[in-house]
Amino acid sequence: MAAILEVRDLRVEFPTRRGTLTALDGVSFDIAPGEVLGVVGESGAGKSMTGAAIIGLLEPPGRIAGGEILLNGKRIDRLPYEQMRRIRGKEIGAIFQDPLTTLNPLYTVGRQLVETMQTHLPLSDRDARQRAIGWLEMVGIPAAAQRVDSYPHEFSGGMRQRVVIALALCAEPALIVADEPTTALDVSIQAQIIALLKRLAREKGTAMMLVTHDMGVIAETADRVAVMYAGRIAEIGPVRSVVKSPKHPYSVGLMSSIPPLDRRVAQLSGIEGAMPRLSAIPQGCAFNPRCPHVFARCRQDRPELIETGTTRAACWLYDPASEKRAPEAVQHG
Amino acid sequence: MAAGALGRVLDSDLFWSFRRSPVAVVSAVVALVCVLGAVLAPLLAPHNPFDLASLNLGDAFKPPAWTPEGDALYPLGTDDQGRDVLSAIMYGARISLLVGISSVVFSTVVGVGIGLLAGYVGGSLDSLLMRIADIQLTFPSILIALLVDGVVRAVLPREVHDQIALFVVIFAIGISAWPQFARTVRGSTLVERNKEYVLAARVIGISQGRIMLTHVLPNVVGPVLVIATLGLGGAILTEATLSFLGVGVPPTQPSLGTLIRIGNDFLFSGEWWITIFPGVALIAMVLSVNLLGDWLRDALNPRLR
Amino acid sequence: MAETPVLVAEDLAKSFDVSRPLLQRLLAGEGRRTLKAVDGVSFDIPKGTTLSLVGESGCGKSTVARLVVGLYRPTQGRVLFEGIELEKARANPETRRRMQMIFQDPYASLNPRWRVQEIVAEPIRAFGLAQGAAALRDRVGQLLTQVGLSPLDGEKFPHEFSGGQRQRISIARALSSNPDFLVCDEPTSALDVSVQAQILNLMKDLQARLGLTYLFISHNLAVVRQVSDRIGVMYLGRLVELAPAETLFTAPRHPYTRALMEAIPDLEMTGRQRIPVGGEVPSPINPPTGCPFHPRCPLADARCKAEMPKLLPPPGQPGTIAACHAVEEGRDPAPAPAGTDQRIGTTATAL
Repeated sequence: MAAILEVRDLRVEFPTRRGTLTALDGVSFDIAPGEVLGVVGESGAGKSMTGAAIIGLLEPPGRIAGGEILLNGKRIDRLPYEQMRRIRGKEIGAIFQDPLTTLNPLYTVGRQLVETMQTHLPLSDRDARQRAIGWLEMVGIPAAAQRVDSYPHEFSGGMRQRVVIALALCAEPALIVADEPTTALDVSIQAQIIALLKRLAREKGTAMMLVTHDMGVIAETADRVAVMYAGRIAEIGPVRSVVKSPKHPYSVGLMSSIPPLDRRVAQLSGIEGAMPRLSAIPQGCAFNPRCPHVFARCRQDRPELIETGTTRAACWLYDPASEKRAPEAVQHG
Repeated sequence: MAAGALGRVLDSDLFWSFRRSPVAVVSAVVALVCVLGAVLAPLLAPHNPFDLASLNLGDAFKPPAWTPEGDALYPLGTDDQGRDVLSAIMYGARISLLVGISSVVFSTVVGVGIGLLAGYVGGSLDSLLMRIADIQLTFPSILIALLVDGVVRAVLPREVHDQIALFVVIFAIGISAWPQFARTVRGSTLVERNKEYVLAARVIGISQGRIMLTHVLPNVVGPVLVIATLGLGGAILTEATLSFLGVGVPPTQPSLGTLIRIGNDFLFSGEWWITIFPGVALIAMVLSVNLLGDWLRDALNPRLR
Repeated sequence: MAETPVLVAEDLAKSFDVSRPLLQRLLAGEGRRTLKAVDGVSFDIPKGTTLSLVGESGCGKSTVARLVVGLYRPTQGRVLFEGIELEKARANPETRRRMQMIFQDPYASLNPRWRVQEIVAEPIRAFGLAQGAAALRDRVGQLLTQVGLSPLDGEKFPHEFSGGQRQRISIARALSSNPDFLVCDEPTSALDVSVQAQILNLMKDLQARLGLTYLFISHNLAVVRQVSDRIGVMYLGRLVELAPAETLFTAPRHPYTRALMEAIPDLEMTGRQRIPVGGEVPSPINPPTGCPFHPRCPLADARCKAEMPKLLPPPGQPGTIAACHAVEEGRDPAPAPAGTDQRIGTTATAL
C-alpha cells in the first residue's frame, strides 16, 4: 500500500549567532494508512521537532533546510503558510500535549467542531452539529448532546484531550500527528485515551505519528517505532523488535533504563552521561561518547541506517565492513 | 577580572542583538552624545551661561552662526540676556538628566520595594498596596507631580523651598511613577516565590527578608531595567513639562523645559532659535532613550515582539 | 520497634481556601470554598527506611511532602520529627538542618542567578557548618564529587548543566547540611528515563552509605518499587492503602491500587489490554460522600456511598492496611498481583 506520509532526508536548521545548529539531520521514514509510527527519544532528541516540521509549525528561526515531506505523494514542505494552514485540519490533524493550546476558550466545543468540519467538508449546519455530537460520543464524552454546548474550561483534563482528539479527527484527515498526547494526563486516564486513539486510527485507516517519551505508550500503540537521538534516527523497525530486542546500543540502553515493575533490582541500569547539546554533537556517531561498544570508526564516520534483521540501526556494529566486532557483543538487559 | 567582564559583555546575546539593531546603535550614539554633552558641559560648553559677569546684553538675540547676522562665538545664537543657547542647552540637559535619572532611581527603589513586599508577603498587605497603586494609576503622573509640588510649596517657606526645589521635583516625579514598577515586580515575584528554589531556601530556614533580597530580587529585576529605561524618557519629559509650566526647577538652574518656556516668549517675534534648539535637544534625548528602551524590551523578551 | 521513628504523621489534614474574591463571591451569592488537599493521613517512617506515597495528580501527595518539612502548616493533626513536634523541631537549627528536601523540577529548583558553589554552600552557611572560605570550598567540592560532579563545576551557573546534572546539584545542596531525613518530591519525574536510573541509583547509594531516611513522592509505580520499603497509595487526599513494597505489588488490596496497576502500559508486549479505570478523579473541592473512590469502583455498594471506610488490615494480611469496605467484608476478589499471569516469570529480554 502506498504510504500516506513519506519523509525523505529531512534536515532542520536553526540559525543562531554562534553558527547554524542542525536540529534534524537525514531523517527518513514513512507511514502507511492505518499504521501508527511511534517516535521515541529523550528531550532534545528532535522527536517533537520532526512532528512540527511535518505540520509546518516549526518555531522560528527553525527552518527546513533539506529533504522533502510528501503527503499522499505531494510535496508539502515548501508550501506557503496559507496553503499549509488549509492542509492542517483537512489532511493533517494535530494533537498536542496540552489540550488548552488547541482549544479556543471563547467558543463552545460544538462550535469549534462544526467550524472545523464545515471548513473542510460540505456540510449543512444541522448535519455538522449532528456529526459534532457523533464525534463527541465516539471519543467517549458522556451526554454528548448536552456537552456539545459547553466551553473547554467546563471539561476536565482528560475530557478536554478527548475533545482535541475529536477536533483533530473530525475533518477525517489522512494523517494525525500526536505529540505527547497523554503526557499531561494521569495513568488511569492515559489508558483510556491511548485505546481510543488506536481504535480510531484503525477504523478510519488514518496514518498516525505518535511522538512520546513513554515507551509503555509506544509498546501498546505503535506498529513501528523510530528511536531518535541527537536529531537523527538511531533505529527504526517493528515495535516488537525494537522493544524486545533492540539493536542500536542507544535503544538497548534506553529500554534497559526503564525500571521494571515486576521486581526490585539492586542497581538500575542507565546510560552514563547525557545527550549532547545541538551545538556540541560529536564527530562520527553522535552516541559514541556514551556508547559501551564504541570503536575507532564510530569516532570518525557517521553511520547510516543499516539493516539488522528486523530493524534498521545507525550503528557501525552492524556494518559487515567494520573490522570484525561481533554484534553479539551488545548485551540486552 | 574587569577584562573578563568586558569580554563577557561583548560576547553576550544582548550585545549581539544590539549590534544587529541599527535603531539601537543610532539611539545609543545619540543618547551618549546627549549624556556626554550634559555631564561634561563645564568642560565642553563654549560659555558659562551662569556666569553673570560674562553676559553681555549687547550680544542678546544673536541668531545662529550660519545666518547672515550670526556670530561664530555663539553657534546656536543667544537669548534675550545674551546667553549662548548651545551652552544653555548643555547646562540645561544636565539638570534635565539629573532630575530624570534621580527620579527614576527613586521610583525604582520605591516601586521594586513595594512590589517585592506585596508579591512575596501577599494577603491583605498585597491587596492594600496594589489598591493604592491602582488609585494612583487613575491619575496622570503630571497631575500627581503638580499636586506634590503644590503641597510642598504651600507648606514650606519660600527660601527653604527654593533651596530644596530640585529634590522636590525629583520626589514629585519619582513618586508619580512607582506603581508601574511595583505592579511589574509584584507579578514576577508571585511567580518566583512559588518556584522550588525559594521553597528550598525556606526548608533550610533562611529568613523571609533574606530570601526576598537574595533569591527573589535578582530574578525579578530584568523587566525593571526595561521600565526604568522607558521611564527615564517619561521622567525627563515630565520635568520639562513642569518647568515649562513654571513649577519645576528654579529659574536659577534652568533645565531644558525652562529654556523652552523662556524661548517660547520670543517664538513669534522671530527669535525662533531660543526655543527650537532646546526643544530639539529634548526630543533627541527622550526619543533615543525610549528607542533604546524598546530595543531592550524586545531583546530581553523576544516573545513579546 | 523500640526506636522512635524519624518521622510520624498523625491524622494530618490540610485545607486550602479556594474561594473567589469577596466581591465576586457576593455577586454570585456563593460561600467560601475549601479544598481538602489532605485529609486524615497518618504514617510513620522508621530510621533508614523509605516510605513512598503514590497517586495521581491532585491526590495530595505533594501537599503531604510540604507539610512534613514545614512549608505548610497542617489544618489538623501533627507531624513529629524524632518524637518532637515539627514546629518546635524546626525552631532549632540543629534539628532543622537534619531535614532536607529534593524537588521535582531541576530547572526551577536552582536559583538561575547563583553559581553552583553558592547554591550548594547556602545550607552550610546558614547552619555555620564550615569555618572559613577554604573549608567551605572544600566541603562544596567534596559534595559535588559525592553526587558525581566535579568540584570545578562549582564555578558554573545552573543553565550550563543538563537536567540530570541539575538534579545532582539539588541533591548535593540537600546533603550539604548532613541531613538524616530527606523528602523527595517526584525527584525523577522531570528527567529522561536513561538519566532517571542514574539519579535513583545515586539516591539508593547515598541512603545505604549515609543511613538516610526518605519520604519519596512519585506517581510512577515502577520507580517506587525500586526505592521503597513501604508504599502508601493516596486518592483524593486520603491514604487508601499502606503496605510493604513487595506486598503491595504481589497482593494489592484496595480496588484503586489494583486499578492503578492495571493501567500501567505493558512493556512485555504480551498483548494484554490495559483495563482502564472508568471515569475521572472527582474534584477535591466537592468530594463524593462515603468512600472517595466509590463512583469509579467496581465493588461499590450502598455502604461505600454512605460511610467512609477506615484503614484496617485485610483478613490474613497483617502487614497491609487498606481503607475499603469490600476488603473488610471479604467481598473483593482474591488478592493476586495485577496482571500476574503474564508478568510473573517473564525473563524480560529488554528489561
